[in-house]
Amino acid sequence: MSEQTELSRRSLLMKLGILFNVVVASLVAIPIVGYLFSSLRRNNAEGSEAWISLGPFTQFPVGQTRLAAYRNPFVRPWDGTTADIPCWVRRIEGEQFQVFAVNCAHLGCPVRWFSQSGLFMCPCHGGVYYADGSRASGPPERGLFQYRHKVEGGQLMIKAGQLPTLATHAQLFAHQGRTSCAG
Amino acid sequence: MRWLTKLIEWLDQRLQIGGAIRASAFHRVPRSTATWWYVFGSGALVILVLQVVTGILLAMVYVPSGAQAWNSLQVLNHDLTLGWFLRALHGWGSNFMLALVLIHMVQVFLFGAHKYPRELNWIAGVFLLLMTLGMAFTGQVLRFDQDAYWGLGIGASITARVPFLGGPLVHLLLGGPIIAGETLSRFFALHVFVIPGLLISFVGLHLLLVLKVGINEWPVPGRLVRRETYLKQYEEQVRKDGVPFVPYAIWKDMMFAAAMILAVAVCAAVSGPFGPSGQPDPTIIQTAPRPDFFFAWLYALLSFLPPQMETPVLLIAPVIGIGVLLLLPFLAGEGEKSWRRRPIAVLTVLVLAVSLGTLTHLASYAPWSPVMNAWSGSPLPTQYLKGRSPLERQGALVFQDKQCRNCHALGGAGGLRGPALDSVATHLTEDQMIRQVLQGGGNMPAYGKNLKPAEVTALVSFLETLRPAGQVPARDASQSQMSTAERPAPGQP
Repeated sequence: MSEQTELSRRSLLMKLGILFNVVVASLVAIPIVGYLFSSLRRNNAEGSEAWISLGPFTQFPVGQTRLAAYRNPFVRPWDGTTADIPCWVRRIEGEQFQVFAVNCAHLGCPVRWFSQSGLFMCPCHGGVYYADGSRASGPPERGLFQYRHKVEGGQLMIKAGQLPTLATHAQLFAHQGRTSCAG
Repeated sequence: MRWLTKLIEWLDQRLQIGGAIRASAFHRVPRSTATWWYVFGSGALVILVLQVVTGILLAMVYVPSGAQAWNSLQVLNHDLTLGWFLRALHGWGSNFMLALVLIHMVQVFLFGAHKYPRELNWIAGVFLLLMTLGMAFTGQVLRFDQDAYWGLGIGASITARVPFLGGPLVHLLLGGPIIAGETLSRFFALHVFVIPGLLISFVGLHLLLVLKVGINEWPVPGRLVRRETYLKQYEEQVRKDGVPFVPYAIWKDMMFAAAMILAVAVCAAVSGPFGPSGQPDPTIIQTAPRPDFFFAWLYALLSFLPPQMETPVLLIAPVIGIGVLLLLPFLAGEGEKSWRRRPIAVLTVLVLAVSLGTLTHLASYAPWSPVMNAWSGSPLPTQYLKGRSPLERQGALVFQDKQCRNCHALGGAGGLRGPALDSVATHLTEDQMIRQVLQGGGNMPAYGKNLKPAEVTALVSFLETLRPAGQVPARDASQSQMSTAERPAPGQP
């Protein structure tokens, strides 16, 4: 065998070696990428949300807005208190409700309800909302995020499960529209 | 000591790195660079070492679990011997490191070190700045308290504004649909493995480039950088007037580094660790989240941007900013190095420094945030109630009870969101006050639905008393003109 063929044989083997590694790396990368993006997988058929109860609807006095809390429908055992999510429940009359996310529509800080002035105020950048959740003043571009809700078997149910942000609001808003159209 | 020499010889026979170490240590640098201006980079490096050491020690105790992280911080602060000091060292180290990185960056920029042939070193430096900021933000998250929780909410809200990809990106950032245990684990992995790994590799590259290309010489006005001649000139300068890095220059680096470590230790011992504040329990909504010092300017900026500008600025400005930093050595890679002949460079640094400083200062008292407990916590100054009619006092009660005070200060106490009202009667007439209260406007909510007519009357009659002694109340110009024209009898309206 001449030196020439010896070299090309070696270089072929090296190229094969590179190719083999690329193939194996790609094969291994598929499950790794799948794992990395697993948080994008929806928790159930309906997405990352589920209907959960805030308790008997009669516990919310008519004409008032009260803070309620629920345990997020999808949790890990090590979530601790972070999975206890608060929301503002406004009982307009009878079984007519509005359920607001506490997260300001600006940057998500927790808004506080002031019953005396009938306003929600945000401690971060001073966003203010009226009792019906519509924007009153400050930097938010829109009103408070609202949960889909219904009264079922005497329980106030809301559809919850993900952090309300401008990205999820389109979805929430679409649901709201549909509910109001249907109802 | 002979055994030590022998040991080193034995090791070097096998490792064969003694030559490289000696070459690095004794490589010649321009004499002009052995100055106190060139110590900030090595200072930041030494603080990084401190951060790695204290970080590892903290990780031995810290529990990266949504349910237990806060408790483990309490143990570190209160139960474990000197746990508080380690946390304080790490926290103060973080502040010092960011400050030194920024000072170092300004210094190399003003000394023209980003120019040919050190472009790559500048770019590595930009990435190092971003990683340092990344470490500061992820570190703030690991201090898993209320501020961390709501800070993540702000991060998620900003991410959510990305068009089309916002939703998935938020889930990716949080490791799920809400801020919870997986969010913390994810940020732990970033803070402890991913970013430090990158950071250390980039520091290696950064240092290697300083050795290979040579440290930037002291810039002399009028000595221009040209691609064709620079390398030769630099070599000549080093040959003619070079000194070995060790010991001519390094002693200043060593002094400064030790001073910085001492400063971190003193700050840590005197003011202790940062937080944690309240538990990361979102149902505790009586909280006013505040970012850490180095992100305070962003907090201020976000409250001043007009709503329609926010999303573009949040998403596009960082891209432009980082892009400009990365492209800088290619846009201005030649020519004058000295800051004395680069007025635009100096002006840019000054404008940025003043802007960031002003925003940070504003964030320290956050005039845009309502004072959430002013209505119940700050009593009205008594001089505003003395000798007032029952109606006016009733109005004062309405003023407090309707949370007006949360945004409007009286007697120096209360929110700064709206104007202080101590002299409101001198520039608003009764009608204007009623209109403003009922309809709102100019960043004030409308109170029409939430005030009874009697309450409005009382409130406005109180507001009309708010003027410094001796100053006339505001008058409607058209009415006053009419009244002079008609000359009504005194007492008539």
